[in-house]
Amino acid sequence: MSACVVLAWAVGVGAEPPDLRDFQVENPAPGVYVHYGSQAEMTPANAGDVANLGFVIGTTCVAVIDTGGSYAIGRALRSAIRGVTSLPVCYVINTHVHPDHVFGNQAFVEDKPQFVGHTRLADALRRRGPIYLRALLRDVGDSAQGSTIVLPTRSVVDVERLDLGGRSLQLHAWPTAHTDTDLTVFDETSGTLWSGDLLFVGHLPVVDGSLRGFIAVIDELKNTPARRVIPGHGRADAWPAALLPEEHYLKALLRDVRAALAAKVPIAEAIDTVACDDANHWLLVEAFHKRNVSAAYAELEWEQ
Amino acid sequence: MFLQRLSAGVAVWLALSGAGWTQDVAPEASPVWQKVREDLFPGKPIGSGDNVIVLETPKRAEDAAVVPIAIRAQFPQAENRSIEKLWLIIDNNPSPIAAIITFTQESGRADVETRIRVEQYTPIRAIARTNDGTLHMVVNYIKASGGCSAPSSKDAAAAQATLGRMRLRVDDPLSAGQPALAQLMISHPNDSGLAMDQLTRTYAVPHFVRSIDVHYGNKLVLSADVDFSISENPNFRFYFVPGSDDLLDARVVDNQDLEFKTSLKLGPTRMGAALTTH
Repeated sequence: MSACVVLAWAVGVGAEPPDLRDFQVENPAPGVYVHYGSQAEMTPANAGDVANLGFVIGTTCVAVIDTGGSYAIGRALRSAIRGVTSLPVCYVINTHVHPDHVFGNQAFVEDKPQFVGHTRLADALRRRGPIYLRALLRDVGDSAQGSTIVLPTRSVVDVERLDLGGRSLQLHAWPTAHTDTDLTVFDETSGTLWSGDLLFVGHLPVVDGSLRGFIAVIDELKNTPARRVIPGHGRADAWPAALLPEEHYLKALLRDVRAALAAKVPIAEAIDTVACDDANHWLLVEAFHKRNVSAAYAELEWEQ
Repeated sequence: MFLQRLSAGVAVWLALSGAGWTQDVAPEASPVWQKVREDLFPGKPIGSGDNVIVLETPKRAEDAAVVPIAIRAQFPQAENRSIEKLWLIIDNNPSPIAAIITFTQESGRADVETRIRVEQYTPIRAIARTNDGTLHMVVNYIKASGGCSAPSSKDAAAAQATLGRMRLRVDDPLSAGQPALAQLMISHPNDSGLAMDQLTRTYAVPHFVRSIDVHYGNKLVLSADVDFSISENPNFRFYFVPGSDDLLDARVVDNQDLEFKTSLKLGPTRMGAALTTH
């Protein structure tokens, strides 16, 4: 299979694909491994490796948490797991529907794990999957070969535990926030919280669900008794302080879009004029801020 | 009639979307457009619309689900010169014919603002038919946003829960005979039903707004045939000419024949807003 990947890259679209041998995982706590994706949009050069991924090892099996933006990245993650343990992969957890977190799923199908997600994930993948796949091929090109939509086989409605032998993961399915499929994973043994994209560090937060919901959910998420957090994007050094810049951005967006609505500013003008709270602090403002204003405006206009 | 139009549009997309589209190709050459043109305007010449309408679109669809667009007439509606009909075509959407809008003298201005879904890089075109029967087209190009932006609902459950709420409003003080801006908001999932269940190989049930009629008194000011290329919670801004009547009425029918109505009571110089909950 890896030969296929190499072959696909050999006919790439001009940009150098990432070298799988450079795929790094860190080991911040016993049995906890993280790969930090780059803070970028998905391109041929990064093969969709733009989100944080990882795995947790118990005494009987391994749980994978997000699989990357393409089959190639999923394969690289799987190789990394095989470099650390021979235990089987029993769970592949997707923290939400976005392509940079789910398109590596195919790499784990041969392990016959349970694919675990929010109770709305299957429906969201059905709606969005074909569009995401087309956009992936457009943006990532040949480096995305082999990527497919793999639906969850187990859904989480509220809170659920997964047993890995000697440690269990607590899964929490949230109301609509970053998306309508947000799921967090808490490893009590190490105190590690995998926030998915409920926490962005560096990368501008993206609102693809509900702005009001996002603010409410992170306020509750703060109560998680975590010793460390793995954000969906970027690196966090303190919990829950790592949430503060995101919370500031989201609350400023809420305030400013409400003000635009109160002043009867039409949506197109609001998209061009509502400013980011701190454009120097955040990465990828160009790619995501206007989009957040569009989404916030459409959500909040019914309040007026 | 409408369903024929819709299924023809979907068939066109299914047949041609594989052909792809790159920015290097002239918008006029789009195979989808060639087919739509043949269906809607067979044998008719279409001139440049630059002196008739302006089409305002962003260069990039920031949020694929909510892309604001405006079509603005370059002259007011008058007996000697007016715009009777506008077509909004989004070549590379699953249903390229997004809206067909009829205006009258009572519209005052043949302007409309709405929001559309944009699935992929696409030409977008507005075609106006003026009262002399001639056709005039303007074309823009919209880049799709990258990665995780999708044209589908952000919260499908919530969209269904508020189905049929409507809001009709006029913000500015009215002046008799002067075109006044009105806004109609419709809470509706406006869902294409094109998402396939991979296990059962069946499609979701489409549920989208099909027609909108707005009357001032008993006079039509705007009539629109639309579909799921329009964003969830369809939103329209348009003009009417206030006079001695005091009611602005909106009637909306969706593809499941659900009907939603709201009306706004206006004084001759008074603004207002109406909210209808079903």
